[in-house]
Amino acid sequence: MSDKETRDKKIFRLTRRKALKGLAAGLGALAFPGKDASASVWEAFFQKNFRELGKPERDKILARLEKEYSAQFGKAVKVKATPPVEGVLFGYGLDLSRCIGCRRCVYGCVDENNQSREPQIHWIRVLRLEKEKGVDLEHAEHYYNPAKVPEEGYFYMPVQCQQCENPPCTKVCPVQATWKENDGIVVVDYNWCIGCRYCMAACPYGARHFNWKKPGLPAAEMNPDTHYLGNRPRPVGVVEKCTFCIQRTREPEGRYPACVEVCPVGARKFGNFLDPASEIRYAIENKRVFILKEELNTQPKFYYFYFT
Amino acid sequence: MKKVWAFLKGCFVLLRKGSNFYYAWVTFLLALMAIGTLAYISQLYSGLIITAMRDQVSWGFYISNFTFIVGVAAAAVLLVIPAYVYKWGPIKEIAILGELLAVSAMVMCLLFVTVDLGRPDRFWHLIPKIGILNFPQSLLAWDVVVLNMYLVLNFVIAGYMLYSLYYKREPNMKYVLPLLLFSIPAAISIHTVTAFLYNGLAARPFWNASILAPRFLASAFCSGPAFMILLFQLIRKWTNFEIKDEAIFKIAELIAYAMFVNLFLLGAEVFKEYYSDTAHLAPMKYLYQGLSGHSDLVSYIWTATFFNITAFFLFLIPQTRENFITLNIGSILIFIGVYIEKGMGLVVPGFVPDVLGEFYEYSPTGIELLVTMGIWATGLFVYTMLLRIAIPIMNGDFHVGEDGVHPYIGDQRFLVRRAAMYKKEPEREDLLAQ
Repeated sequence: MSDKETRDKKIFRLTRRKALKGLAAGLGALAFPGKDASASVWEAFFQKNFRELGKPERDKILARLEKEYSAQFGKAVKVKATPPVEGVLFGYGLDLSRCIGCRRCVYGCVDENNQSREPQIHWIRVLRLEKEKGVDLEHAEHYYNPAKVPEEGYFYMPVQCQQCENPPCTKVCPVQATWKENDGIVVVDYNWCIGCRYCMAACPYGARHFNWKKPGLPAAEMNPDTHYLGNRPRPVGVVEKCTFCIQRTREPEGRYPACVEVCPVGARKFGNFLDPASEIRYAIENKRVFILKEELNTQPKFYYFYFT
Repeated sequence: MKKVWAFLKGCFVLLRKGSNFYYAWVTFLLALMAIGTLAYISQLYSGLIITAMRDQVSWGFYISNFTFIVGVAAAAVLLVIPAYVYKWGPIKEIAILGELLAVSAMVMCLLFVTVDLGRPDRFWHLIPKIGILNFPQSLLAWDVVVLNMYLVLNFVIAGYMLYSLYYKREPNMKYVLPLLLFSIPAAISIHTVTAFLYNGLAARPFWNASILAPRFLASAFCSGPAFMILLFQLIRKWTNFEIKDEAIFKIAELIAYAMFVNLFLLGAEVFKEYYSDTAHLAPMKYLYQGLSGHSDLVSYIWTATFFNITAFFLFLIPQTRENFITLNIGSILIFIGVYIEKGMGLVVPGFVPDVLGEFYEYSPTGIELLVTMGIWATGLFVYTMLLRIAIPIMNGDFHVGEDGVHPYIGDQRFLVRRAAMYKKEPEREDLLAQ
């Protein structure tokens, strides 16, 4: 079905939804008379899929979330919903010849994206591979822990969401809670996900992570600059994933993703595929690149390359 | 409409009547259901962290049970085909028991999926129009559709037949027969779609084999009927419902064929993986041999293989097939064998090693076991209730009374050992006289 058709169908749904919402609001009012919190609980419960929201509804939801998060974390939290920028298709490059396996990207990502600290959720997984065997995932070590990196005879391969052009994860979602945006970023609506974890079974890169428990995010460590589809605090029981730091990369002033910024050896490159002058285009056009699990036709926008 | 209401009211009156054993059995099931509910509440409270599932193995015992039960439900069709396509009397008499089993199994399936959800409060997102059902892209959406359809279909067929019998009318086959015939492809579809749900994931080589759906069907036609053979013997022992030996032996014969196909397809799969010896072999090696020191499933899968092969021969040889001792041994072996093979033996190796080569060995926690037990008890409870109504109706012990309004209830006891039943015949006549 084309996007247009889907959108047209949704218009019909809205009226139904409104009626239902009205009914629910009524019931809610009956069930919790005079209770302040109940209004926002029911609003959250009957919230529509993000892509079906009109601007006024969306602004209302963002305001509600900002209020909730600000109260919860005791600081002014911003929840943006910046849309994709025209003419931008984000791409990522990772230079395997430079990566030293220090995992700074892993923790830089956690700090930026408000992942749960207890239990720990990491969007980036760094694999230690044997130089002799090459990129052989079956012999990857996930939990290497030497005093010092890099180690003799090994190289390191960080894996995160590959932002596939042909994502197997979005196709399988039974409720369209995850989709690919126009700038190529695959996002999740945490308020719509039902937590069936079918997308996790479908992802060939282990890029999707589940909140098995209410995320433990200390207020002091919470990053208040958030995006609705990105690093805002997540509820329990939903799936989350790397969004190329959507809260940074979509802004007009345009910051790099946290993992790019934090990398001490400059192994990570990020940019606009559609811009012929971008660094990422140069790397793809001039260096030896490969994509992970090419045979699955997922068409990642995450390239591994050897700069030297 | 008034008649439907009178029928339902009669059913509720009937459900409350029964022998002490009936009460004990129902109480037992309700107790297990209560324990399961408490376990589920604690899971809701803590989140799914209380299970052993993690990012590496993101589906576990619940989805394994779900997959197995879909097979049991699909197997009702094995009664419908001989009964209504070939019009074979002995099975026609019991086809309704198969349909009711399908209804109970579907209830279990829906419960297993629900307890596996991270956000069960958002289940309504799956309802078309109110939510968004991602149909036809998502195979899970297909599964939601076909499972509910199969549930409604069997419920309507069995319900209508029983309702007609209650009012002493011949069911209008003009309506029922098309539905019955439709239930045959529907049964195949629930299992095919469930297989496709796994099959379509290129990320998981263990599932991404075209042979998966045929294997699913073949094993379903083993486990479901084996379960029915055991159930039917219990039913005819504990209720006054007649089930002919030849019906049971015919089902056993069908199992033998299905098990042959099942073992053949398994062999084809094992050959392909081992002989080609590609990177895709890892999950199968993990399952059958253990890999890199991880071998939790090895003893289970060999038990299953041994059980299935033994049962195949027991059902193949007429002498052992028509001897109730070996028949029952065979049925139990198949039930356990397929439960392992199609449950944990199918789901877990899909995740081990995971897509980045990590080994996380999954085995369910106590909470998962308790919730699962609760759902099995719920399934048996639903089936017991359905049989409590269906069996008296089919025996002519429960129908509308002379006045055309109030029910006549001849079978006050339901679950009684049959030998005892005959002895107490006079008492039963006393009841009738009242």
